[in-house]
Amino acid sequence: MYHYNDFDRDFLAERNAQFRAQVTRRIDGSLTEDEFKPLRLMNGLYLQLHAYMLRVAIPYGTLDSAKMRQLAMIADRWDKGYGHFTTRQNIQYNWPDLRDVPDMLDALAEVGMHAIQTSGNTIRNVTADHFAGAAADEIEDPRPVAELLRQWSTDHAEFQFLPRKFKIAITGSPNDRAVTKAHDIGLRMVRNTAGEPGFEVIVGGGLGRTPMVGKVLRDFLPKADLLPYVEAIVSVSNLLGRRDNKYKARIKITVHENGLETIRDLVEERFALLKPAFEGIDQTLLAGIEAQFAAPAFTTASVAPFKDAYHHDPVFRSWVDTNITKHRNDDYAIVSISIKAHGQTPGDATSEQMRVMADLAEEFGHDELRISHEQNVILPHVHRSHLPAIHAKLKENGLATANIGLISDIIACPGMDYCALATARSIPVAQQIATRFDELKLEHEIGDLKIKISGCINACGHHHVGHIGILGLDRAGVENYQITLGGDGTETAAIGERAGPGFAYDEIVPAIERLIYAYLDLRDNEDETFLQTYRRLGLAPFKAALYPEAKANAA
Amino acid sequence: MSKPFTPKVVTANALLEGDVVYLDQKSEWVRDLQDAEVVTDEASAELKLLEAEARGHEAVGVYLADVAVEDGMIKTTHFREAFRAKGPSNYRHGKQAELT
Ligand code: SF4
Repeated sequence: MYHYNDFDRDFLAERNAQFRAQVTRRIDGSLTEDEFKPLRLMNGLYLQLHAYMLRVAIPYGTLDSAKMRQLAMIADRWDKGYGHFTTRQNIQYNWPDLRDVPDMLDALAEVGMHAIQTSGNTIRNVTADHFAGAAADEIEDPRPVAELLRQWSTDHAEFQFLPRKFKIAITGSPNDRAVTKAHDIGLRMVRNTAGEPGFEVIVGGGLGRTPMVGKVLRDFLPKADLLPYVEAIVSVSNLLGRRDNKYKARIKITVHENGLETIRDLVEERFALLKPAFEGIDQTLLAGIEAQFAAPAFTTASVAPFKDAYHHDPVFRSWVDTNITKHRNDDYAIVSISIKAHGQTPGDATSEQMRVMADLAEEFGHDELRISHEQNVILPHVHRSHLPAIHAKLKENGLATANIGLISDIIACPGMDYCALATARSIPVAQQIATRFDELKLEHEIGDLKIKISGCINACGHHHVGHIGILGLDRAGVENYQITLGGDGTETAAIGERAGPGFAYDEIVPAIERLIYAYLDLRDNEDETFLQTYRRLGLAPFKAALYPEAKANAA
Repeated sequence: MSKPFTPKVVTANALLEGDVVYLDQKSEWVRDLQDAEVVTDEASAELKLLEAEARGHEAVGVYLADVAVEDGMIKTTHFREAFRAKGPSNYRHGKQAELT
């Protein structure tokens, strides 16, 4: 894991001192809100419905126990004892006082964390596959490149006032767990015919008002060319991106309006100029970073305790079958800790839970933790022999829910319970769906299913790429929920199709229930997932289940 | 024909805590919707809004929110204002916990 050097530390200390002075000047009246707002946003501080909200970056979702414990401490000392993990691998504190924020930032700096560029028209926190460095299907750990991008993009003078925010995601695996096709730039590691690793560069993806699946700008970019090439893309976007209309400012619209070929030509032209200017400095830097991401010293031990528990304890077995992913070392496992116990707020963890997870990482997990964009916490490197002890500890703390990838593993944005931009709530809808299907005891039978909920068209809850997407809207002063079907956020990315008219707040859970029963009837066999059934049959049979009255009226 | 004027309160978020505040009859910021002054004509609503906007060192994002008065109680007429007056629905945090 990357550790801050003196340069990083000095930079952060200086930025935090500046912000402390700005907060003081805001409170004593020397700065107006119009003057202060851009300054606080540069430091990740929003004003939401009920309070300020501080959004802290967790670069490429990677943490160690010291960082996690500090996040817990901050939650206890300056917030209400919990934090909310987001789809951009950030953590949000929902209740800070303006006066306390400078202290919170100093506390973050102590463990090499910050809230810079978690807002504004800048390059945001680079997100990565949450199984990076551990996944069995991985070509290479993408995090050194993500860290290089972080260093390059942080405070990059040319890119502080982009036409709009700019999001980059990266994965080292052919199986895309980082939703790369829904980012301004997506980087997917692939091998060329000679077997060398490089990147497929995807551009112009994005959700929000105008959802688009990203397009391939380069099939294969040698690893060594990555930084100048990414810089070329961002500078083309900076130049061409529309500043007259914020809904048309993202690179997805630039690509759409100018055509992929034009953008490609401009990027290649710019890249040819930039590459020599880098003089290989990026490669020297990268080599230094790579050394810090060396794989942990994997231990060898008997996996018998694991096999024994798996055989004898059905609760443990169910948890292993659902929450464990194959590690590149056969004796190891990747543990996904669900912070979505049925009825809980997706993505929220209490300070106590954070400390438990930090302890587990330290004791059993080579001191590594990850936050997934699906709002769960990962122990990426666990020897299988330790799984029973980990499970027992998680169970004691309400963290052993066996629901990863199932219907209750819902992504939900904060929605109108917190967010000032929301048009409807999302959290209670997620809570009710999870509780309902837990009561029905159907979730394991239903199998792989991704429900994603957003509280407005901005789509922070990724609803467009949910197998079932739910979008909360304000229809004439009441909450109304629109369903989309067939979305997919992986390498086979697709934007969900709108199913029809929306549902009222108290109709949305029954509607989802009808949809699920229809799927259980329609699927070919138990192994056919919701998405596969949808792809085989299309919208019609699901629509009929959602709108039985329409069918009755037509008959 | 212009729409008839509906009763309103002046609302914003407090500068320091960020929580929802309303303007009362003495032109002070109060935390409880029930303590707010309900303005019933357009001219004074606009005037109060301007006055409140000039007090940006106390509260941020001032605007007029629709309300109704029923049985002497001030009621919100849009669900967004109902949440602002009460707090989030997933935890008993915010006003619903603080105002009792
Ligand atoms: S999708 Fe909308 S409601 Fe949800 S967090 Fe984003 S901006 Fe807020």
